[in-house]
Amino acid sequence: MRENLHRFFRAARGAGVHVSPAESIDAMRAVKQVGFSDRAILRDALLLTLAKSQDEKLALGDCFDLFFSQPEPRQDQPETENDAASDEDSRDGEQSSAGATSDAGDGRPSQELGPLAQMLLSQDRNALAAAIASASGAASLSDIRYSTQRGIFSSRILDAMGLQRLRDDLEELTATNPSLAERLRAALDALREAVRDTVSQGLALYAREEAENLRNEILRNAPLARIERRQVAEMRALIRQIARRLRERYSKPRKRQRRGHLDVRRTLRRNAAWGGVPFLTAWKRKHRDRPRIVALCDVSGSVAQVSDFFLLLIHSLHEVVDDVRSFAFSSHLIEVSETLEKNSPEEAMAEIMSKVGFGSSDYGSSLVDFEKDFMSTLTPQTTVIVLGDARSNNLDPRADILRRISERSKRLVWLNPEGRLAWGFGDSEMPRYATFCSVVRQCATAQQLERAVSDIVATYQ
Amino acid sequence: MADQKASTSIEAVESGLAAQGYIASRQIATAVYLSQQIEKPILVEGPAGVGKTELAKAIAAWRGMKMIRLQCYEGLDEAKALYEWKYAKQLLYTQILKDKLGEVLGGAQTLHAALAQLHDFGDVFFSKEFVEPRPLLQALEQPGGCVLLIDEIDKSDAEFESLLLEILSDFQVTIPELGTVSAITPPTVILTSNSERDLGDALKRRCLHLHIGFPEQRLEERIVESRVPGISQTLRRQMVGFIHEVRSLDLKKLPSVSETIDWARVLVLLQAAELDTDIVKDTLNVLLKYEADIEAASPQVTSFIAKAARSNVFG
Repeated sequence: MRENLHRFFRAARGAGVHVSPAESIDAMRAVKQVGFSDRAILRDALLLTLAKSQDEKLALGDCFDLFFSQPEPRQDQPETENDAASDEDSRDGEQSSAGATSDAGDGRPSQELGPLAQMLLSQDRNALAAAIASASGAASLSDIRYSTQRGIFSSRILDAMGLQRLRDDLEELTATNPSLAERLRAALDALREAVRDTVSQGLALYAREEAENLRNEILRNAPLARIERRQVAEMRALIRQIARRLRERYSKPRKRQRRGHLDVRRTLRRNAAWGGVPFLTAWKRKHRDRPRIVALCDVSGSVAQVSDFFLLLIHSLHEVVDDVRSFAFSSHLIEVSETLEKNSPEEAMAEIMSKVGFGSSDYGSSLVDFEKDFMSTLTPQTTVIVLGDARSNNLDPRADILRRISERSKRLVWLNPEGRLAWGFGDSEMPRYATFCSVVRQCATAQQLERAVSDIVATYQ
Repeated sequence: MADQKASTSIEAVESGLAAQGYIASRQIATAVYLSQQIEKPILVEGPAGVGKTELAKAIAAWRGMKMIRLQCYEGLDEAKALYEWKYAKQLLYTQILKDKLGEVLGGAQTLHAALAQLHDFGDVFFSKEFVEPRPLLQALEQPGGCVLLIDEIDKSDAEFESLLLEILSDFQVTIPELGTVSAITPPTVILTSNSERDLGDALKRRCLHLHIGFPEQRLEERIVESRVPGISQTLRRQMVGFIHEVRSLDLKKLPSVSETIDWARVLVLLQAAELDTDIVKDTLNVLLKYEADIEAASPQVTSFIAKAARSNVFG
């Protein structure tokens, strides 16, 4: 049973529930108390000890149901199961015994056949299910990780069930008893199907996490600008996940460092031993400023998709970055903070794109727009983030405005989706702009985006 | 000893709590049972008014233990939750002892001897005498054990969580000047949260995680039955059915068990035999706490009553 529990923990991890060794020990202790006999109580106990949120509870509950819907490996089989199996046997005229190990000799052609063939011909579903389960155990199905491994696990399970012997039997039967061979072949096909289902179920149970990790890893490093349409939704989910992680990491109250007024109570208390003479002073502390961020996003055709994700990330982060204003531009610039906050990400992006998106970029006039209307939003605490490729179609880049922006704000960060090699070639104005930036980074993949934003938020800690 | 009344089985927990008027679902009973058996606190989450705090009270009443309650709020710190030095008393004692200083130091021949004597003297000020125990320390000091309710932990700051960790895992606290104070009898700890803020992993890790949602219809009927004895079965069925319909609406605040009980009491007071449109409309404000919610629910009242009555026939 312990083995079974361990397999369940593995399945739980697959379902996205974080099960640490300490938690699994707790769960074991809990299970020891409640026992295995009552499945509903077992389910409650596992949910109580393993799941740490309502979402995890739901996931784990599903996982539990799926896991225990599988027949258990034979050696753990409770007796009732065997009883049921033998009941069926007797109804089938005792064609073969439930145990795949014993050769039932009752004068029928199945006499010389291997145990698997006999089991198939007897159509004893319970015994078959149990045999598949124990063969899955032998083939360690719980190690399955990727969908590409389906074939190999299927054949491993079939081998463990004695496919080789069955093939020999088939060959022999084709010569001696074609009609029985035909039946056996049909049964074998059904068996293959059943094994395939078992493997799929195993994949669903044990491999979800790995597969997801792999996919996320690939996505994380894929260039944002070249994401295929069908991946966009996945990418959105990934960006949201990144935002959640950043939020968890940074949303804890910032350390209060600066000191404020004298804390009379604590001062007196500290100096009690010296008769109240204040040798040591205690100070009340002040909160640090929360970050102010102004984000300028190029949404012209070439970089639109990257900025799409960037805006999404910034706005999913609004719990950490509570004073954030976003602007989008290609040939002219508009404020999009409200659009992003009020609408769902998809709607907001569509709206922004319809207003200013996909044009050819004109950094100069967009900067002019910003200076004219929004320069006053910048304070010495503001971090300005510009996301764009700095390709201005050979129009005046107005680097002087960027200089003034840089002077008015605390930091100016430029995230460029192009590689460093391309900066300065063609119509790229990056080198000119870069002189006024505190930080210039390449930002072409989700991972780079995460690091960049993480760094920006981290400086406020 | 309280331990003799310790939960010996899940059924015992269920009936024990029921005797205190708390009708627990199986999940709740399992959680309470396990928390006794493997000595872990229970973190109870769920919407307001489903009986999170009541659970702690019921456990305390059932096991005949004292309940110590710590209400959390923003800015709660160790001085208010754990212990505080009685600094006024310390100050007063220093003043009084000042006059005695001459006597104390009188015997000392050298400066060193005087210092040594002063040293002993200073330690007195940071002794148990001068510690004012707050709820958490009180809970550890109960000889017969107790139920410690840490209410609305999500309202406190994240630092406060860290303060709790030592208590939750080892039932002890460390006071820098005094050393470690361990629980005489480990208290039964219940933490409640409305999920206003995500709690830290470290805290969750130390607790059993129990989610109490809105109860199923049958369970809620039993709760009403135990809390409002005067209510007829027909009315009980109807009103619980009605509330379940209301919960399917998209409201600002869904009515929870405490509202169900209030409403049942009101209906009994008004001597209603069964639900009808007028009485429901008149008393809807007991159930719903926002004007907008009442407006949203009002047009549905008649159809909900009909549905509740129908399910009553089949139920």
